[in-house]
Amino acid sequence: MPKPAIEIKNVTKIFQGHTGHPVTALDHVSLTIEDNEFFTLLGPSGCGKTTLLRLIAGFEYPTQGEIVLFGDSIRGLPPQQRPVNTVFQHYALFPHMTVAENVGFPLKMQGQRPDEMTRTAARMLDLVKMADFGDRMPDQLSGGQQQRVALARALAPQPKVLLLDEPLSALDLKLRQEMRVELKNLQRQTGITFVFVTHDQVEALTMSDRIAVMSMGRLQQEGTPIAIYEQPVNRFVADFIGETNFIQSTIAGIENSGARCTIGPGTTLGTGATADKGKGDAVTLAIRPEKIRLVKSDGAADGLQGRVAECIYTGTDTNYQVELENSDVRLVVRGRNAITGETLFKVGETVVLNVAEGAARILAD
Amino acid sequence: MRSSTTSGPNPAGEKQFVIGRFPGFAATSWIFLLYLYIPIFLLIIFSFNASHSATIWHGFSLEWYLKAFGNDDVQRAAVNSLIVAFIATVVATVVAVFAALILARGGRFRGRGLSYGILMLPMTMPEIVTAVATLSFFTAIKLDIGLGRVVIAHTVFCIPFAFLPIRARLQGMDTTLEQAAQDLYANEWQTFRYVTLPLLMPGIISGAMLSFIISIDDFIITLMVAPAGSTTLPLYIYGMVRMGVTPEVNALSTVMLAISLVFVSTSYLIGRKKQAGTANQ
Ligand SMILES: Nc1ncnc2c1ncn2[C@@H]1O[C@H](COP(=O)(O)OP(=O)(O)O)[C@@H](O)[C@H]1O
Ligand SMILES: [Mg+2]
Repeated sequence: MPKPAIEIKNVTKIFQGHTGHPVTALDHVSLTIEDNEFFTLLGPSGCGKTTLLRLIAGFEYPTQGEIVLFGDSIRGLPPQQRPVNTVFQHYALFPHMTVAENVGFPLKMQGQRPDEMTRTAARMLDLVKMADFGDRMPDQLSGGQQQRVALARALAPQPKVLLLDEPLSALDLKLRQEMRVELKNLQRQTGITFVFVTHDQVEALTMSDRIAVMSMGRLQQEGTPIAIYEQPVNRFVADFIGETNFIQSTIAGIENSGARCTIGPGTTLGTGATADKGKGDAVTLAIRPEKIRLVKSDGAADGLQGRVAECIYTGTDTNYQVELENSDVRLVVRGRNAITGETLFKVGETVVLNVAEGAARILAD
Repeated sequence: MRSSTTSGPNPAGEKQFVIGRFPGFAATSWIFLLYLYIPIFLLIIFSFNASHSATIWHGFSLEWYLKAFGNDDVQRAAVNSLIVAFIATVVATVVAVFAALILARGGRFRGRGLSYGILMLPMTMPEIVTAVATLSFFTAIKLDIGLGRVVIAHTVFCIPFAFLPIRARLQGMDTTLEQAAQDLYANEWQTFRYVTLPLLMPGIISGAMLSFIISIDDFIITLMVAPAGSTTLPLYIYGMVRMGVTPEVNALSTVMLAISLVFVSTSYLIGRKKQAGTANQ
């Protein structure tokens, strides 16, 4: 069994703030990042992502807990002794050095011979498609180009782990989408473990092998993009990633595969797992808008009945707000416009809601 | 560090208060400028006068410059001034760099405010007080090292002048760059050598130039502490003036003015260069 790249063991970080109030940036976080993985730390601003990255890089030390790198504790090691490199949010290119000198800098510090250094730097610039820019100064480059140079510089010394702190947030949308693909390719090509920080859930879902969702210094959930999206463990994760309908309900009974929950007088909904809840418990249900299909009501149809209250056309999809019959619950339902035969509904129309098997989930809290 | 303008478009016809258009403001400024610069202007003109007169123009000549520089005493005084200014500048600048690094990067430590105050004190202390104190001290400890006395005294009062531009530069500098260097396997010394120092250089040059001109035209402290035979250029000029203002004095003064101007403008131009660490934004 290969050693994991990084093990975060029960790490807590408390800052002594300027006002004297201690700030808990990380609260007993435990994580395992496997070798060769594209791992993403996802969470809203201020949740401790940068702090965790800085602890791994060695700019800060944990108040409590330990970080293990490929089986070895890196406790007390300064940044220059950790085989880990960082791509900073604003790139942090040295303004007084050319692009080639920037990329060659870590190699020079490692004592590489000048000719070897020049060759490695050129190869790295080639890797990020910046081969012709070696003689430029950083301030003669666009944001996207600076980004590539910062990548080349961090990859040049062949670190075991590359840390990226919201590297795409300063780029415009088109460039950001392009760089997502390129970063992913770079990770595959180099085989280096990437730890990528972002507050953008789309970025996290599209690029990562695994994601850790954080909130207020605590780890909320760790898993593959599919697991995080399909099986959010709590309300925060379900809400932060994608769009979700939350329904307050009570468990009416346990069935073989899951639970049957009451969501209105005489209206019930079957769920997947029971999340260790029993009959009579008050629970929160989560349903993704695209897991519900609307069909025309022919009067006789059984299932959930509702009335279209609002209709928002977004190009590929139409988002409907549907008021359930016999209940004050309002659900967002996404209909794909592209699928032929899919009926477009109008405001006021009565509809039947087909909820996909296991789509309604009971949240742990 | 982008500055934003908050003043919106000025609606037509509405009169805005502008301090520069205050009645009489322009005239007063002009009178003040003339008052300040006419004497200096005349000094320069008459240093090129082809006669001994300091009031009547007789034609252009470099006679007084040649005479001044041919004078052995002037040469000695000039060499003394340069030696003192050079050593004082180098030492003061090195001290200022370390002081700035500790005060701006050393984190919070006890006595930080006090250290800053002590460092800046020579700048605010009346010069005559410093001069008398230094002289008494040198006499008390029987420090008899000739020009060395002047060097020590100058070094002390040059430090705050060297310190200010260096600290300003350091405070505007992004610490992320130093972190990046460390992340890229530079040890502390290499980080300083390859990142901090080059980025700090404009501040250092600026501070050194200020020190140099402050030292080269110092009079009061030098007068007090300089032993016989350690005369500097300002002291020598003062000695000459006591026997009457000659075009030779004008010539020497003009040369000193030229040196100061060169240094001050260089210092200004370097200081105006982009602040460290903002190149990436
Ligand atoms: N050096 C510091 N001193 C005091 N508080 C800090 C420091 N660094 C971060 N924090 C605090 O820790 C929390 C997490 O910050 P950070 O890790 O930067 O969040 P993120 O990168 O997820 O936006 C924030 O509340 C922030 O104010
Ligand atoms: Mg951050």
